[in-house]
Amino acid sequence: MVVNDPEAGFCRDCLRLQRGPGRRCEACGSPRLLRHKELYRLAIAHIDCDAFYASVEKRDRPEVRDRPVIIGGGKRGVVSTACYIARIRGVKSAMPMFKALEACPDAVVIKPDMEKYARVGKEIRERMRALTPLVEPVSIDEAFLDLTGTERLHGAPPAIVLGRFVRSIETEMNLTVSVGLSYCKYLAKLASDLQKPRGFSVIGEEEATTFLADKPVGMIWGVGKALEERLRADGITRIGQLQTMDKGDLMARYHAMGERLWSLARGVDSRKVDPHHDMKSISAETTFNEDLSRLDDLAPVLRALSEKVSARLKAGSLAGRTVVLKLKTADFRARTRNRQLADPTRLADRIFATGLDLLKKEVDGTRFRLIGIGVADLGSPDRADPADLVDTGAAKRAKAEGAMDVLRAKFGGKAVETGYTFGKGSRGKPQRDQD
Amino acid sequence: MRVTLERSNLLKSLNHVHRVVERRNTIPILSNVLLKAEGASLEMKATDLDLEVTEATSAQVDQAGATTVPAHLLYDIVRKLPDGSEVMLKVEEDGGSMSVISGRSSFRLQCLPQADFPELTAGSFSHIFRMDSDDLKGLIEKTQFAISTEETRYYLNGIFFHTLEDGGQLKLRAVATDGHRLARAEMEAPAGSEGMPGIIIPRKTVSELQKLVDDPDIKVTVELSDTKIRFTLGSVILTSKLIDGTFPDYQRVIPTGNDKELLIDRQSFGQAVDRVSTISSERGRAVKLAIGNGQVVLTVNNPDSGSATEEVAAGYEADPLEIGFNAKYLLDVTSQIGGSEARFLLADAGSPTLISDPADPDALYVLMPMRV
Repeated sequence: MVVNDPEAGFCRDCLRLQRGPGRRCEACGSPRLLRHKELYRLAIAHIDCDAFYASVEKRDRPEVRDRPVIIGGGKRGVVSTACYIARIRGVKSAMPMFKALEACPDAVVIKPDMEKYARVGKEIRERMRALTPLVEPVSIDEAFLDLTGTERLHGAPPAIVLGRFVRSIETEMNLTVSVGLSYCKYLAKLASDLQKPRGFSVIGEEEATTFLADKPVGMIWGVGKALEERLRADGITRIGQLQTMDKGDLMARYHAMGERLWSLARGVDSRKVDPHHDMKSISAETTFNEDLSRLDDLAPVLRALSEKVSARLKAGSLAGRTVVLKLKTADFRARTRNRQLADPTRLADRIFATGLDLLKKEVDGTRFRLIGIGVADLGSPDRADPADLVDTGAAKRAKAEGAMDVLRAKFGGKAVETGYTFGKGSRGKPQRDQD
Repeated sequence: MRVTLERSNLLKSLNHVHRVVERRNTIPILSNVLLKAEGASLEMKATDLDLEVTEATSAQVDQAGATTVPAHLLYDIVRKLPDGSEVMLKVEEDGGSMSVISGRSSFRLQCLPQADFPELTAGSFSHIFRMDSDDLKGLIEKTQFAISTEETRYYLNGIFFHTLEDGGQLKLRAVATDGHRLARAEMEAPAGSEGMPGIIIPRKTVSELQKLVDDPDIKVTVELSDTKIRFTLGSVILTSKLIDGTFPDYQRVIPTGNDKELLIDRQSFGQAVDRVSTISSERGRAVKLAIGNGQVVLTVNNPDSGSATEEVAAGYEADPLEIGFNAKYLLDVTSQIGGSEARFLLADAGSPTLISDPADPDALYVLMPMRV
């Protein structure tokens, strides 16, 4: 295998290895050259699709390619993804739709088509798995890859394998991704964020501490608003400050988190890329166009959401033991109700029945603007939904659900419906989805 | 109110009543125990609105009266007082606090007015009968482990008691199930129980009752209607609401056509299950039983840690069979069996299995197999 000098690197457009220190590719003239002292030694990557939902829609609808596109739902929904044109105009994800439209009145608003995104995301993931079995999905369009030891298999170091991967996604799927390459997950994730879209950033071991020193502490994995505030109160705002502090002091002050602060500030992250990484929960929720208060109105929506959650559990070979119902009242108060089941489940029937039972206790005339249902405490489906001595109907309903799944896979999501959602139009169907 | 009594008497009674009080309460008075001094006794009462326990103990009453104080606090204080000491409980002049004085220790507890203490109105009972505490204990012990904790099926969160004719004899039967296993125990129906409604006694009541029937050789008086039940055991009275629901038709769950009979030494089988299941840390792991050739081979596979296998000799003449069960459920059942042997009646790897004690025709267990 011929590997060139990492200082010369390769061209991200034509993948040609470079020989000299020129600023443009010696073969195609592109300025997108990747060079780094440790380029061919690093093997942990984080890959993130650029404005995923929006990019998929732009790909499939060429007429909106040059227009600002916002993916989100309903007049009261929020932005789930904005394309880069819309982002330049100030649209951000999670922004209420009316605000986004104030900032960008000519935006094309597209309702999310989760099934399509899941399909595309799955294809990308399959392509990642062709590179290494160690793929840890973070979300539908994002994953960590550990390419350690794949050099002989691919006949090229991880950096070049990733370069080829990015090219193939661009040419064969018409989508762009950003890559971060480093020696640990934490820095790989930071790197992938450095130059989006179509980025490819490298953070080597040697430069890690210097790179981190002037970054805000909020960039440490696990430091949220609350901890950032607490650190600020203690006079710590930059990661560099943590680098000079004593591990014992940090642990005394911030307990378990102190150790993490100490290590991550030094670029030490021992987390492995775990293909079976536990997802904590799977959920789906929707905001109504008008507030709802009656069980008759809420139940069909809950049913549709339960089916969606169940479909994802089945797709991910997962089952969960805790059903979580989430409601938001018209005055924005959140209500969350949990119920633990005796056995893990992946059936829409059980998720819905449990959610409905929880919902019945909350329906007291209060007007709700949002409902969501989720399953937590996830694990393998081996022990899910066992046969039941008492509820003999459960086995029948499980079979019926299996048959419905088969029909839906063949003829589409609305091929078979239960009476709950049938004929309800958009009522039973969520307008927006956020996980 | 001013009353003096032996610490040991007070502790024993408080121990019975204070457990009813939930640790966390949104209604303050529910954290309290009602103390009532009258005649020559001190009566204590605690409730969680579904269950109420009252107990009286002899005391020297200097001044009759009543008040309520935090139950767990009072119990913890009395528990820590020296053995053999005397305790004086005295409500202060203002009525807002009660002193607990013993030897050189004194405590002052805040009171809530006795009038605020909720009464679990029992109404009238339709049936009354008496039974030995040992019999009641037996029915509870053999079935309690199978009570479901699943809230969605609230009607399984207790033991179903009912009477029925069986072979020309009237039986009092207790049944509990969580959908994975079912336990059924019965005894000759006590006089007075005939015609009683089928009732579901909630789990918490069952476990409080179980602690009370530990005193052997006392008669228990049972009074019940279709919404309430009351047990009187000596000086303790436990009154409870019943679960308002319909217990499923459990009879059709009990298989009748299982023809493969397995007889196995209860103790060595239980120990073997316990040993092989060590390998599976995860809850709900299955133990596989390969039955045939005069033995049962138990296997547990845990992809993360390894595997375990053990052979146990057994009497079995039918076609060989492989079947899986939840290890914990098998242990629960085998530990209920009092005799030396356990009898399994099996059909196939996917159907409910019947387990019984050849020496005890009054108890029966059904286990749902697991996929292995």
